[in-house]
Amino acid sequence: MTHAPGAQIVEIIKNNQKDLVGDLLATMKKKVIRLDKSAENEIIIQATQLLGFLEIAIPQGQLSDLETRAWDDTRQLLSDFSQTRAKEGFSPIETATFIFSFKEPLFTLLRTSLSNNPQLLAEEIAVTSLLFDELGLLTISSYQKAREQIILRQQQELLELSTPVVQLWQNILALPLIGTLDSARTQVVMENLLQKIVETGALIAIIDITGVPTVDTLVAQHLLKTIAAARLMGADCIISGIRPQIAQTIVHLGVNLEDVITKATLADAFVVALKTTGSSVTNS
Amino acid sequence: MRSDEDVVRLRKVVREELISLGFGLVDQTKMITAASELARNTLKYGKGGEGHVLKLKDTVRIGLELVFTDDGPGIPDISLALTDGYTSGGGLGLGLSGAKRLSDEFMIDTESGVGTTVLIRKWKVS
Amino acid sequence: MERIPILRMGKLLLVTIQVDMHDRLAMTLQEDLTERIVKERATGVLIDISALDIVDSFIGRMISNTAAMAKILDAKTVVVGMQPAVAITLVELGLTLEGVITALNVERGISLLGHNA
Repeated sequence: MTHAPGAQIVEIIKNNQKDLVGDLLATMKKKVIRLDKSAENEIIIQATQLLGFLEIAIPQGQLSDLETRAWDDTRQLLSDFSQTRAKEGFSPIETATFIFSFKEPLFTLLRTSLSNNPQLLAEEIAVTSLLFDELGLLTISSYQKAREQIILRQQQELLELSTPVVQLWQNILALPLIGTLDSARTQVVMENLLQKIVETGALIAIIDITGVPTVDTLVAQHLLKTIAAARLMGADCIISGIRPQIAQTIVHLGVNLEDVITKATLADAFVVALKTTGSSVTNS
Repeated sequence: MRSDEDVVRLRKVVREELISLGFGLVDQTKMITAASELARNTLKYGKGGEGHVLKLKDTVRIGLELVFTDDGPGIPDISLALTDGYTSGGGLGLGLSGAKRLSDEFMIDTESGVGTTVLIRKWKVS
Repeated sequence: MERIPILRMGKLLLVTIQVDMHDRLAMTLQEDLTERIVKERATGVLIDISALDIVDSFIGRMISNTAAMAKILDAKTVVVGMQPAVAITLVELGLTLEGVITALNVERGISLLGHNA
């Protein structure tokens, strides 16, 4: 009999795969409420796959370091598994249960097969326990990473949603800004607007700030930079909808808006933009 | 770095590294422009020198670091050299101050008669 | 020696910068352009920088100076096609290209110069 750490556990996994998967499913059913038929099938497939990978990885001896090549397949599987769970809205506990539920049945099997060798039994239990703890941590960390990605993506989507650039007329774009402008958002707004100018070939962009409650120095600077950048590209900007309080702040802050065309309302700005681009609207 | 072509080559290396780190187009452009300004300074005022490109990683961010070293005459008055529009060599006086604005971190170390080292970094949440 | 080609279209000169610019190349272009303005009696110069992925202070200054020189030689200069990222960077750098006329593309540039293509 070999005494490489984990040798016994590999034997046990090899000989009891079906039972282990069955036990796992039973535990999961007890601890995790939402398991329909397809989720059950999925767990059976993933558990069988995981046991298969363990059979290959454990004998390679790198039990304490899951970052090594031997664990590539296992890591990939657990990362995919955790990501799917995170997207489906499972809790981290429910996700990690998948790993920890293996421990109990494995220990029972170990005790039976090594009942005449208590020392080896203790060693194997220690090794197995450590290994599955590591695997569990890996699952949780992948789960966490997946959640963070989801949050980041949603933030990004929110940013893009909140800054729509619309085409009002041939050669005229409008950017109605609503809500508080912080540095990050203003930067996205700025890049979006300039990109849209290139795409549509617009000559004038109206930045309407009717929906912006306050403007601080930083935001005012960002707006001025956007206007300067648009000018370098060959387009002009008009700012409309400046509230009285904002006009006061701008002057008090010493921000120079002298070179910028400002209009009271979006409608006024639109008339100016039409005139500049050579179009006109008449009442009939 | 000894010639104009070396500056072009450096910009190319910086671009490739920034792309491999996943920086967005605006950040790429800012950092490459800063690199171009500093590389020119190294050539023009430092009479040639070295440019080093280094990838950075801490717990939450990844980044790129550029270091420019020359053993030229050094800068006698750093705060003056960092003033917009100040130049000792007939330029626009935006190279050093511009590079500082275009990067996230900026460090300069200079000694009269010994040389100048400028370091800039750009970070991105990984 | 490496040079950026200058095309003539009637009274207009058109330069499309497609290579990675370095300082010597920029200076050569500036000299070539002023010479050609006089030689061809050009009234307008179009500099297309849509393929440039950076404009630093040196190239920016070359563009401003060229426009100023062209003006003295009675020709109008329009810079066309600056990329958004380049524009944002130039503003951050502190360069606004005072006195330079800009346009989104070559077609707009030509119409700004008073020649309908």
